[in-house]
Amino acid sequence: MDDLLARALNIAQLKGATYADARLVETAEQTIVVRNGAVQGISQTEDTGFGVRVIADGAWGFASSFRLEPDEAERVADLAVQIARASALTKTEDVDIGPPVVQRGTYRTPFEVDPFSVPVERKVDVLLRADAGMRGVAGVRTTEASMVFVRQRKIFASTEGSLIEQEIVESGCGIQATAVGDGEVQRRSYPNSVGRHQQTRGWEFVEEWDLPGNAERIAEEAVALLFADPCPEGVTTVILSGNQVALQIHESCGHAIELDRVFGNEAAFAGTSFLTPDKLGTFRYGSEFVNITADATLPGGLGTFGWDDEGVPAQRTDIVKEGRFVGYLTDRESARRLARTVGRSDLATGRSNGTSRASGWNRIPMIRMTNVNLLAGTWRLEDLIADTDEGILMDTNRSWSIDDRRLNFQFGCEIAWEIKGGRRTRMLRNPIYTGMTPQFWSSCDAVCNADHWVLWGTPNCGKGEPMQVGHTGHGAAPARFRNVRVFGKR
Amino acid sequence: MLGEAKIRELLSSAIARSPADETEVVLLSGDQALTRFANNTIHQNVAETDVSIAVRVAVGRHLGSAITNRPMADALGRAIDRATSVARLAPETADFPGLPEPQTPKPVRAFDDAVAGASARWRAERVREVLRLAQSSGAMAAGALCAGIAEVAVANSRGVFCYHAGTRARFNLVISKDGASGHAQRAAWRLDDLDFEGLARTAVQRALRARQPRPVEPGTYPVVLEPYAVQDIVGHLAFSGMGALAVQEGRSWMNGRLGDRAMSERITIIDDGCDTAGLPMPFDHEGVPKERVTIVDRGVPVGPVYDTTTAAKEGRRSTGHAVPRAWPEFAAFGPLPVHLFVAAGDAAIEEMVQQVSRGLYVTRFWYTRLVHPRDCVVTGMTRDGVFWIEDGEIAYPVRNLRFTQGYVQALAAVNRVGADTWLLSGGFGSVRVPALSVSEFTFTGVTEF
Repeated sequence: MDDLLARALNIAQLKGATYADARLVETAEQTIVVRNGAVQGISQTEDTGFGVRVIADGAWGFASSFRLEPDEAERVADLAVQIARASALTKTEDVDIGPPVVQRGTYRTPFEVDPFSVPVERKVDVLLRADAGMRGVAGVRTTEASMVFVRQRKIFASTEGSLIEQEIVESGCGIQATAVGDGEVQRRSYPNSVGRHQQTRGWEFVEEWDLPGNAERIAEEAVALLFADPCPEGVTTVILSGNQVALQIHESCGHAIELDRVFGNEAAFAGTSFLTPDKLGTFRYGSEFVNITADATLPGGLGTFGWDDEGVPAQRTDIVKEGRFVGYLTDRESARRLARTVGRSDLATGRSNGTSRASGWNRIPMIRMTNVNLLAGTWRLEDLIADTDEGILMDTNRSWSIDDRRLNFQFGCEIAWEIKGGRRTRMLRNPIYTGMTPQFWSSCDAVCNADHWVLWGTPNCGKGEPMQVGHTGHGAAPARFRNVRVFGKR
Repeated sequence: MLGEAKIRELLSSAIARSPADETEVVLLSGDQALTRFANNTIHQNVAETDVSIAVRVAVGRHLGSAITNRPMADALGRAIDRATSVARLAPETADFPGLPEPQTPKPVRAFDDAVAGASARWRAERVREVLRLAQSSGAMAAGALCAGIAEVAVANSRGVFCYHAGTRARFNLVISKDGASGHAQRAAWRLDDLDFEGLARTAVQRALRARQPRPVEPGTYPVVLEPYAVQDIVGHLAFSGMGALAVQEGRSWMNGRLGDRAMSERITIIDDGCDTAGLPMPFDHEGVPKERVTIVDRGVPVGPVYDTTTAAKEGRRSTGHAVPRAWPEFAAFGPLPVHLFVAAGDAAIEEMVQQVSRGLYVTRFWYTRLVHPRDCVVTGMTRDGVFWIEDGEIAYPVRNLRFTQGYVQALAAVNRVGADTWLLSGGFGSVRVPALSVSEFTFTGVTEF
């Protein structure tokens, strides 16, 4: 297959490209869904193709195809150059990706047990046992349990001389129980909402999360929620579970620090960002307890790899240090532009920090979150609750929405408990909290310690046209926020 | 483009070699191109040729599926073998009713040579005209123009073979100036139906008018909603409650409302996959012809749409609304309406505004999410132009607002329905919708711009 990419790169150069890269991506995916005691689907997917990205006449072009044939490689490379020349009709300046990046090597996700080597019967058995555990609880109406396993092999080659092979393996699993009462519907999910939790791990990941062992508890909570008191309205202290903190990071930090978005590239679709370049290094994003990194080198994260899809090595970058905003997610082009905009410095080096990723062979790479993490603090969760006179503990996301500059957010959670006098008391249903990003993170006065810290997986991150569904990671532990506006369903 | 003859031969031979009791093959193929622009320049410009073939087999009532993007006999054979071996390992699916028998869908013409032939240069020239228009007002344009061909075919071992080829084009843009923005969007299968210049002028005018927004307090106000906002309402109601599975499981907004007047009598919602005023596809992903289904009749929810599985549970016929069952992301969805039409009324948007003494004019909703299913309570933001209406006139722009609102209740409070309808496409299919005037809509927060 190296020959196919070499041919594409050669044709691109012959047609006039000043830069070209080509990616061949082969993806195998196995998905098993059990619903209400029955196997709803077991699917095995294979998907292979290649994409060619070029700069010609100082502008970008990209074309892709599923046909892995020499003449198709030539057609696609030629088309990419034609597209770039068309793009150049509107250019205001030539694309600048900086000095060459030359990388060679291989990367493989480390894992203990290859998930594709585990028999389907064993996987189905785990899901059916989890499903039965949920259905054994009176009052549960709908149950669902699922697993996903992905193996993606990628070869990247560029006219600058890079040649990189990677194999990324992911495992994901989750359950959810839905209870229906008189005019009320309540759902509980485990370990995370939106179907599942996921990491770049092997089968051991599924075993560690023990779906059957948590099924009954989750179902009982779904039923109990039907009769729980509604979340009261007011301004109070909120403690968020780790999986909700992960989504809070994703929406109000991770997307806001995508530098292509900051420069307006997503203005018509995913929106822009309030974290404009003038704020780099000076803006107070959060309290002193807020330390955030983007780290593609952490084992197990959905944003973990060897090189990004521009061939830039995986890196760890400081984003927020003790509350101060100090870094963006960058690709080669935006890093150059940032340095031109604010002047070259330690925070604007002009070099990509390696976050350019494409969801597949048929998509152009763009800046995506790697693993954007809130670093652990010092608190045990029990101590944090005991230290809270009055507040609400919220767990597991149910709805998420934020404005197009990533400021005004509103999140609903599946479940909450009232905290009174340092103790977790009654269960509350339909909890919602809302706020503005910098004020909210500035109200953070405690983060739990490493014992509570989990590298959560978000496999459903949407961005770009045509839409790309990205896989991102977010390390988080439970955290406390003061003076937060909360309310129940309206 | 693969073409009907080649696809028929490929799918027929695959089914003939299948060892399973029942076999279904769904093929989706496309040549798609998209030109994306921002900051008054094209920054992403892409083309894609792809195919996806999903095999679903039944050994008795044991089901398995496999998907490949290799449209060759050997790859398809491997997919059938994989699906069959998975089926043999799977427990029985008790409610599997069997694959549908052949029915003959009525062919619908939805192919436009102009869309199919829209080259990269042609797209760039259209975009350049839009950028010039934005630049002439000192504004920045961002958006996308996409055009392409989609082929769909469904075949099964009972003799079903359906094929449809259609074109799709979509243009969307956001014009920005001085921190304010304006939006326009349309979908079409005919290129002549896209008025690039007209859309660009509308978005520019909106952006210019939206500058220097004033704060407004959260609260409940009368609103005039442009069709972009109405698209969001109809889309959420469809996805979270117009399919039979959601109703059968008791989690639909239709539960407890079927047969009763739940919305304004001015609201009628129909799904019709054969209407060329939409983006037609005459059969579903099980090869069942799409029926024209009235879902809400003059404010009364009449019933959801069905696929073969949900229809069999109630002893009725599928209405032709199956989503691709073999694809994992759709496995648990149940049937969905994806060709929705909201019946037009008789009002011009200007008339709707004239009838509001104090309220809000909303262009568009954004980042909307379901907060609670039974009333289809949704939260989201306004975007790209929201204005205060005073004494029947648009008085001034206001800052973007967050709403948390039951969409069923919103449609119950409709005063007037627009005479003009716009074809818009979103995550799930297309909708053709008018503007609406709603007497009460609840805003729960504001933002800083």
